[in-house]
Amino acid sequence: MKGLLLVSLMLFSALFVSACGDSRMHSQAVYMLVDTSGSYAKQMNKAAKVINYLLATLNPGDSLAVAKVETRSFTEKDIVAKVTFDKRPSQSIEQKRAFKARIDAFAKAVHGSAYTDITGGLIQAAEYLNETRAGNKTIVIFSDMQEDLDKGTVRDFPIDLKGIRIVALNVSKLGTDNADPRLYIDRLARWKARVRKAGATDWVVVNDLDNNMESILNTR
Amino acid sequence: MIDRNSWLFWPDSVALSILALVVLVMLFLYAARKPMHGMIHSVCNLVTQSTRFISRWLFLSADNLRLRNQAVLLAHSQESAATMIDREFERVGNIIRKDMQEFPVLQRKLMEEVTKIDDDYRRCGDVPPPPPEWVDALESVSQLKSGGDIPRKLLEDINKSIQKIYDKTISEYRRSYEERHKMLKGMQPSLRSVDKLMGEMDKKMVSLHANAKQIDGDMTKFAGMRAKDSKTEHALTVSAFVQLAISSLVMVIALGGAFINYKLIALPMSEMVGASDYITDNLRTSDVAALVIILMEASMGLFLLESLRITQLFPKIASMDDRMRRRLMLASLVFLVILAGIESSLALMRDMLVADKAALMHDLSSSAPAATQGWMSKIPMAGQMIMGFVLPFALAFVAIPLESVVHSLRTVMGVLLVQTMRGLGFVLRFTGVVFRRFAGVLESAYDIMVVIPLMMERWVVALRVGTSAKEQAEPGRAS
Repeated sequence: MKGLLLVSLMLFSALFVSACGDSRMHSQAVYMLVDTSGSYAKQMNKAAKVINYLLATLNPGDSLAVAKVETRSFTEKDIVAKVTFDKRPSQSIEQKRAFKARIDAFAKAVHGSAYTDITGGLIQAAEYLNETRAGNKTIVIFSDMQEDLDKGTVRDFPIDLKGIRIVALNVSKLGTDNADPRLYIDRLARWKARVRKAGATDWVVVNDLDNNMESILNTR
Repeated sequence: MIDRNSWLFWPDSVALSILALVVLVMLFLYAARKPMHGMIHSVCNLVTQSTRFISRWLFLSADNLRLRNQAVLLAHSQESAATMIDREFERVGNIIRKDMQEFPVLQRKLMEEVTKIDDDYRRCGDVPPPPPEWVDALESVSQLKSGGDIPRKLLEDINKSIQKIYDKTISEYRRSYEERHKMLKGMQPSLRSVDKLMGEMDKKMVSLHANAKQIDGDMTKFAGMRAKDSKTEHALTVSAFVQLAISSLVMVIALGGAFINYKLIALPMSEMVGASDYITDNLRTSDVAALVIILMEASMGLFLLESLRITQLFPKIASMDDRMRRRLMLASLVFLVILAGIESSLALMRDMLVADKAALMHDLSSSAPAATQGWMSKIPMAGQMIMGFVLPFALAFVAIPLESVVHSLRTVMGVLLVQTMRGLGFVLRFTGVVFRRFAGVLESAYDIMVVIPLMMERWVVALRVGTSAKEQAEPGRAS
């Protein structure tokens, strides 16, 4: 009988300890910024592919948000879909299906924007990610990283990306970059310096979406 | 950093400086020769004495431990042997009780058969036919004095009548024999029955003989244990090693089963306790919960076997009264069945989750509709469910090898510990001997370093001895 009591005690203590543990520290939160300006509006299928990869890779308890980069992106209105997956695998699968449906609907109805406010999107993303209190926070930017701000939009101030990993995806070369590759290199170097200065833990550029998709996430 | 040349007396002439240094060192070593010899001797002596002391203590402890192991081993083996003998006696008792109960019936049956056979045998007795009447008539005819046709006619009549009577008698005789043959034929089932009864008795006697032989063997072993003879102890120790090896093998197989079990329920457990909850950095709550379920099953199995008195790891359960023990057995069985049911459901849930995830992956990777799966896809699901239900019961039997491991491990560990202590004692003893000799070697090595002053010392001593001898000789010469 003592053994029975001991085992029962072990079971309850395990459950008690589990209830006390901070589960968010082990979860991931990903915020994906999708550039919809110019030619990028036509590359939504590529962005959808990345989102599908994220949906397949993220686990129950993780968070995912997808937002578009527009003329002024520091707003919740630009968030296309956001979800924190349920702890139960069956529920999280249902949530993933629903998320995919919303992304598919967005991809069909996407419109190109006149300007590209990447910085505003980054600030919005950092705000969302910090709220999730996830252990691993990642901002994925599906853009050519060419910021183009509207008149009156102020973004030349220091931003806070402490503890966040930044991944630039599918950074395509512009026509001017082809003429002078230094423009492309300098653009990426500038962004790298800026996010590092803002406190980002890492800066990764992934252009080969067919073979290097696993670099997007810091897998456990 | 220290300059290398700072050691030199005359940095310009290195050789001279080194020579001076060597001479100085040699002089110092020569001066410290006696204390150094003393120190070497003391240190070596200390090491020798210490190792000798520790070695002796280790040997003594090993002997004590061996005696203790022997006592425990013999006590445990005696207990096991007594249980086995008890069981054998119980079996013999059952056989005897059962057979003795049947014996009067058997005997009566046998007696009836024998009586019947005896009666039949008596009835079959050969009864000679009665003497014919014509013999008296023949005697009368033979006494007639005068011859003629009358006697001849008479004899012919007699012959006819004899022939007639003979035929009649023969037919009577044959009929009588036919009847006896029929009776003998009728005795056959009785004889077979007797043979069968005798066979049964023989079988029972053989079984009884085998049991008696087994008891004899066990009693011999038991006597050996009581006498504490080394042969029995050695046999028991070897048996413990063999038992440990076999039990460990079975335990490893059981662990494999437990691992499969764990894999089967770890994923669906995340549905119950959450997939993203962690106890430590790498330990998921769902994994721990699955492990706890498996441990619970093993524990229930252990209690079940304990209450069935198959294992005896918990003396309290063994000493419980029968009613309480039966209740515990029932409770353990019910818990085990419930846990097996839970596991079977979890296995079903696992299959559903895996199928759901596969469908999602298909949706994410392509827009084509997923192919419908036939009844073949149900086979793994059924297999998983059956495994989920059966594995807990299979895991319950792990208590038997566990008990064997617990009992034999003590003996094996004891033997290994004794051997280790003896080995260590030997090594220390050997080290002591080496150090005792090593003192002389170190002293000689030290003397090599101061060989020149030593030579000079010997030369001076020899010179002094020569001078004093000369002085002693000179006064004599003068006188």
